[in-house]
Amino acid sequence: MKRNIRVSRVFLYLFLIIVSFICVFPFYWMIVGSTNTPIQIIAGKMTFGSHFVENFHTLFNNYDMLRILMNSLKISGISVILILLIGGMAGYGFQMYKSNLKEKLYGFFLLTMMVPFATLMIPLFKIITKLNLLDTHFAVIIVSAVSAFMIFFFRQSFINYPTEILEAARVDGAGEFRIFFNIFVPSMKSTFAAAAIYSFITSWNSYLWPLIVLQSNEKKTTTLLISMMSSSYTPEYGVIMLAIVVATLPTIIIFFAFQKQFVQGMLGSVKQ
Amino acid sequence: MGKKLSMKGWLFISPALILLAVFLVYPIIYSFYLSFTSTKGIISSFVGFKNYIRLVKDPMFLLALKNTGIILLIQVPIMLISALILANILNDRKLAGRGIFRTAIFLPSVTSLIAYTILFKMLFSFDGIINRLLLSTGIVDHPLEWLTTPKLAVFVLILAMLWRWTGYNTVFYLSAMQNISYEIYEAAEIDGASKTQTFLRITLPLLKPMILFTTIMSTIGTLQLFDEPMNLSQGGVTAATMGPGNCFLTLSVYIYNLCFKYVPNFGYAATVSYVIVFIIAGLTVLQFWAGQSNEEKDAKKRLEKEGKA
Repeated sequence: MKRNIRVSRVFLYLFLIIVSFICVFPFYWMIVGSTNTPIQIIAGKMTFGSHFVENFHTLFNNYDMLRILMNSLKISGISVILILLIGGMAGYGFQMYKSNLKEKLYGFFLLTMMVPFATLMIPLFKIITKLNLLDTHFAVIIVSAVSAFMIFFFRQSFINYPTEILEAARVDGAGEFRIFFNIFVPSMKSTFAAAAIYSFITSWNSYLWPLIVLQSNEKKTTTLLISMMSSSYTPEYGVIMLAIVVATLPTIIIFFAFQKQFVQGMLGSVKQ
Repeated sequence: MGKKLSMKGWLFISPALILLAVFLVYPIIYSFYLSFTSTKGIISSFVGFKNYIRLVKDPMFLLALKNTGIILLIQVPIMLISALILANILNDRKLAGRGIFRTAIFLPSVTSLIAYTILFKMLFSFDGIINRLLLSTGIVDHPLEWLTTPKLAVFVLILAMLWRWTGYNTVFYLSAMQNISYEIYEAAEIDGASKTQTFLRITLPLLKPMILFTTIMSTIGTLQLFDEPMNLSQGGVTAATMGPGNCFLTLSVYIYNLCFKYVPNFGYAATVSYVIVFIIAGLTVLQFWAGQSNEEKDAKKRLEKEGKA
């Protein structure tokens, strides 16, 4: 009986190691691949090569990767700030100043989360064209700043906040906005951090809307560049892999640095 | 709450309200209106239910519906069951190195959809390393045309999606499992329950709300599938067909094509997009209904009966 348990334990670990290997292998492969030539990658070379500098040069000179990275950073950065400000305020407004009408509106916005982006895409494209915002980063930012989901996320995280603190501040004569910015936000840092991480990664990885709106090459984002590179008829594997490494690096760094907030951001919407 | 205070609440909400009104509510309504019009270039005319009737006879739409349905029905159940099993394994406090395993399994979820799709496209290319591995181990005697054979291409797509999303769902289940008190498990162990029994009789029922949530989220996500099929197909956005035999033509890809690849017909594209809305709404209601326990259903029936009596 005891032996049986030990044998099954061994199989369990073996299973977990195989699963973990499958999960991690593509990461290893892309990092190694970014230092190799296309021929070496196709030949299945699994060790670091000496082609990193060439790949780097091609990526940053021929494809203007630095500008593309800056575009992505600008779009994601501004989106995050807007989402934290607008979404945080809205979540606070819905939770701390309840009224019948507000609850009805809130319920309606929850329902809109079922509407796929494909449905919004056509009218959004028309609005952006009318406003003469086609091929601008602002068009990408403004659409990603509108998120019913983030309002929902903020409100869910605000539910357990002790309102006595707000009442006390009110008695002391503090204005509503001062209470929000000077008392409430600082005490909810971890919620805002989780929201920032979640929305940064969503924006950083977005593809469909930037694909529709951004047309000129110098406006493109990292996801658009990688997609474009890989669909060419002679894909330069090493350079593509380096581009993927560069584009994935920020999210991996954020993940390892803020693992707890990262997961909290993901789970925040489903408090049981 | 005082009226004045409630008014001040609107100040906090109004920036979001304005943006949501313009960029969310208006598009939803306008899209619905568009679904009853036909647009060719700049000329737009009201056509009533013509677009909806056209759907039934449109082979491309039916193909997109079928492709999306196949991916949904195969990928989501496999993914959620695997995630449940993995979470159950990782929830064992006696497991050594569970932090490392957890991190490894979650890691794929940080990649962008484009990045992992293209990595899989390279892995499974004709001269790629998967074919090399299969050849060298003698599993196949000639390289497989993964991405140019319809069935194999869909297989690769599903495999890639499983790689990207299983760990993501595992984290959801794991967090729900950690909310279950450990004493229940200890009591079960003392009573001599086997591990399988404990999983089926204790963990699974307590996880029902989370299973419902992940099922709905994955269903909504898969019905909107766009990035992966678009980038897994040869030639990407500009390709003539979406994968071999159009096997990657999902509903969202078809909508994109209707708007930006063929002569734009925004009206008909809106109709197709509303089909997704109706499917999502229908499936969500169905899943909520199925997610209720039998006792809840019985209680409801009893209430209804009492109401009648």
